[in-house]
Amino acid sequence: MRMRWPLPRPSARQWAIWVPYLWLALFLLVPFLLVLKISLSDLQFGIPPYTPIATLEDDTLQLALHLRGYVLLFTDSLYAAVYLNSVKMALVTTVCCVLIGYPLAWQIARSRPEIRNLLLLGVILPFWTSLLLRVYAWVGILRNDGLLNNLLMGLGLIDSPLEIYRTDLAVYVGLVYAYLPFFILPLYANLVKLDQRLIEAAHDLGARPWATFRQVVLPLSMPGAVAGAMLVFIPSVGEYVIPEMLGGANTLMMGRVMWNEFFNNADWPMAAAVTCVMVLLLLVPLTLFQYSSARQLERSR
Amino acid sequence: METRSVPLSGGVDDFVRMDEVVKIFGDTVAVRSVNLTVRRHEIFALLGSSGCGKTTLLRMLAGFEEPTSGRIILDNEDITALPPYRRPVNMMFQSYALFPHMTVEANVAFGLKQEGVPRHEIQGRVFEALDLVQMAGHARRKPHQLSGGQQQRVALARSLVKRPKLLLLDEPMSALDKQIRQATQIELLRILDQVGVTCILVTHDQEEAMTMASRLAVMTEGQIMQCGTPHEVYAFPANRFVAGFIGSTNLFTGIIVVDQPDHVLIETDALTRPLYVSHGVSEPLGMAVHVSIRPEHLRISRQMPQSDSNWGHGMVTHVAWMGSYARYQVRLDAGQVIEASIPTLEWNPAEAPGVDEEVYVAWSHDAGTVLAS
Amino acid sequence: MRHAGRGVRWATLALGYGFLYVPIVCLMVFSFNDSKLMTVWTGFSLRWYVELFQDQTLLAAARLSLVIATLTATAALCIGTWAGYVLARMGRFRGFGLYIGMLGAPLVMPEVVLGISLLLMFVELSKVVGWPDGNGLFTIWVGHVTLCTAYVAVIIQSRVRDLDRSLEEAALDLGATPLRVFFRITLPLIAPALVAAWLLAFTLSLDDVVIASFLSGPGYTTLPLEVFSRVRLGLKPEINALATLFILAVAIVVVALNRLQIRAAQSQ
Repeated sequence: MRMRWPLPRPSARQWAIWVPYLWLALFLLVPFLLVLKISLSDLQFGIPPYTPIATLEDDTLQLALHLRGYVLLFTDSLYAAVYLNSVKMALVTTVCCVLIGYPLAWQIARSRPEIRNLLLLGVILPFWTSLLLRVYAWVGILRNDGLLNNLLMGLGLIDSPLEIYRTDLAVYVGLVYAYLPFFILPLYANLVKLDQRLIEAAHDLGARPWATFRQVVLPLSMPGAVAGAMLVFIPSVGEYVIPEMLGGANTLMMGRVMWNEFFNNADWPMAAAVTCVMVLLLLVPLTLFQYSSARQLERSR
Repeated sequence: METRSVPLSGGVDDFVRMDEVVKIFGDTVAVRSVNLTVRRHEIFALLGSSGCGKTTLLRMLAGFEEPTSGRIILDNEDITALPPYRRPVNMMFQSYALFPHMTVEANVAFGLKQEGVPRHEIQGRVFEALDLVQMAGHARRKPHQLSGGQQQRVALARSLVKRPKLLLLDEPMSALDKQIRQATQIELLRILDQVGVTCILVTHDQEEAMTMASRLAVMTEGQIMQCGTPHEVYAFPANRFVAGFIGSTNLFTGIIVVDQPDHVLIETDALTRPLYVSHGVSEPLGMAVHVSIRPEHLRISRQMPQSDSNWGHGMVTHVAWMGSYARYQVRLDAGQVIEASIPTLEWNPAEAPGVDEEVYVAWSHDAGTVLAS
Repeated sequence: MRHAGRGVRWATLALGYGFLYVPIVCLMVFSFNDSKLMTVWTGFSLRWYVELFQDQTLLAAARLSLVIATLTATAALCIGTWAGYVLARMGRFRGFGLYIGMLGAPLVMPEVVLGISLLLMFVELSKVVGWPDGNGLFTIWVGHVTLCTAYVAVIIQSRVRDLDRSLEEAALDLGATPLRVFFRITLPLIAPALVAAWLLAFTLSLDDVVIASFLSGPGYTTLPLEVFSRVRLGLKPEINALATLFILAVAIVVVALNRLQIRAAQSQ
């Protein structure tokens, strides 16, 4: 039921709704529109390092839309390769998070309340600890002269150090490690609300544990799993810090490309174009995420 | 369905009036053109099952919903457009809605603080209200430390402390155990009487409505089916819905064959003899009508009655001894099953007719009520 | 069958939590290592902690980050609570979909996107209006607030949705205006969520590398920026010391919050 009543100043309710809206529009929508605009400019020296799109000279409005950035994006196979690689790495990360995170979330949700609380704290603590510092820890572990290699060599299992640091594998480890709590927590929230009686009913009707899981638990936990997966996949595509710290020179991910275009090449129009295309390509999984979280909202009403 | 029209008295006594109030939510019509008047100091009940629109009506009185059309008038003031915090109306919520982070005293004082009442006066009035409901000793407690009944009393004190012109009660007894309900109803009535406030309550429990209200309205599907005192509504139902909703009844369908100012005769397929009703009706000769006869008006016997109307013959299908009365179900020869309530003082269980016995069922001339719809 | 289940359970938990905590434990253990190398234990020493507290650059960066984080968390809490409340209570109004979309976007968008777009906006603004004159505390603050508001809004919206509406209605019925109801009834009742949201915003701001990179200026180096630039060059044991202190601080806060939460739940 909606609470509405005629107010003395008819705009009091409007005020309440639109002020935060304005902030969001100002700092999210407007900047993105600007990125769009700049992606259509050309590179130039000076401040700012891009040309204006529209110029008014001698009573003539000249509109110049430079498509150089987009042309380059679609013709230079490097960008396509980088994007595909980013998606691939994000997908692998997501799958790993699901494989590791699902059993964990399940075990936590099925525990006795006292233990469950402790286990949950155990997942939340890394979640709240600085990501940067935790990834830095992996540097020390995965390096050629790092802990892992020293341990394995000390145990006599290998003769020469495993080259993990500065390879794709290290980035995978880092990504899975960083995003695992992001998958576990929404899934846990869903699993813990699962009615135990449904499982008991399935057992009563003759289903064995694996069948019960596959046909009862899995479908019901889908919304939580999808939400968690999206929270892992979408940011991973554009991740910068982890590939930068753990990856090699040829670990190409979109985040690094955007960063390089911006800081190293100072090619703002190019960086803007890359950004626009990336947002567009992420729109599909993004919409999926919004849709599934909106569905969950509706269902809980 | 036709309804008996509520006389729109523009009398001075009318304290609350709802004129042609309609409420539509999207595609659903929750309240269809309701006209209602409540008198000063009256306790009025809106009775109906869930979804009938009674709660919507209450919320419109409180100000939480705005009528799609129509007016609400309180003490000659049009309050339709007033927000809830400006109306001289207070509501006691079904869940009591006591503020969990405030003490009992703070809860009751809340409304007075909003009015800007000076602090020393607030304390006086708060304890006056708490004394009224006998909760003065619990002033420092928090709501979660109180029992359901105690919470209800605090909620009542909180609504009464502001001396509203109109008090609204949303299913007041629904959260209480059945055993203490009756005692609570009586005590609530005592308090309301003492305060003298006009009161509208909403309930699905007809016993509650009949006990507490001086007048009630039976609602279904957003409309008022009948409005009147508990006795009127029970003894003279306006239509089949009300007849069946309040208590139970037996309904016969037939055609008026004799239409006189002081009596009518109705022929029905369910009985071999006609129905004789000792009052005139406004419906014309030949019209199809229903006759409602309450179970307590039926008498069962093994001998054929002498009269040439108002009796039938059938076989007992079920007997239940309920303590003070016995409930009989008899299948009449034509097939209709009727229900009779026989006081146990009349029959000894050993002598009374049992299942599968053939009996005669009879009733007096003033037992039936003719219903057009 | 039961025993197998038990075994699976313990194996899962051990492997899972092992994975989560091995790096953290390594980090902490080697902060007490005498040697500069993080890989060989030579002896117990507190020298890195001493060096940490004498490192002026790092301390200055820490101070800046704490200031920004506090300002960010407070601003994000205000705007996010407002937005979250609107979403939960104001029904469906025109533009509802876009509202949710804009609120949800920072949650999942890669931070480089946010960083680039905000920087470009500030550059344009500076060109057109002449302000802001160079990047610094203000621009970083705006970037962080935009990011954190989304998280706050999600938390508050879900909490307000669970709040019994009849409590707010009762307050209205008793004569409180909607604004008073919000401050006297709604806010006190969602207080734990407000605290959690503030802390989350604080943590996000304190840990951010990407947005700060885009939006900071000369003389405004935040702690994560300083740490990031150092670790790119190799292992630095004083960072281990910093990490250990950080982890301890977080652990204390998380456990304390948890205790409070349990106690609050018990008293009801």
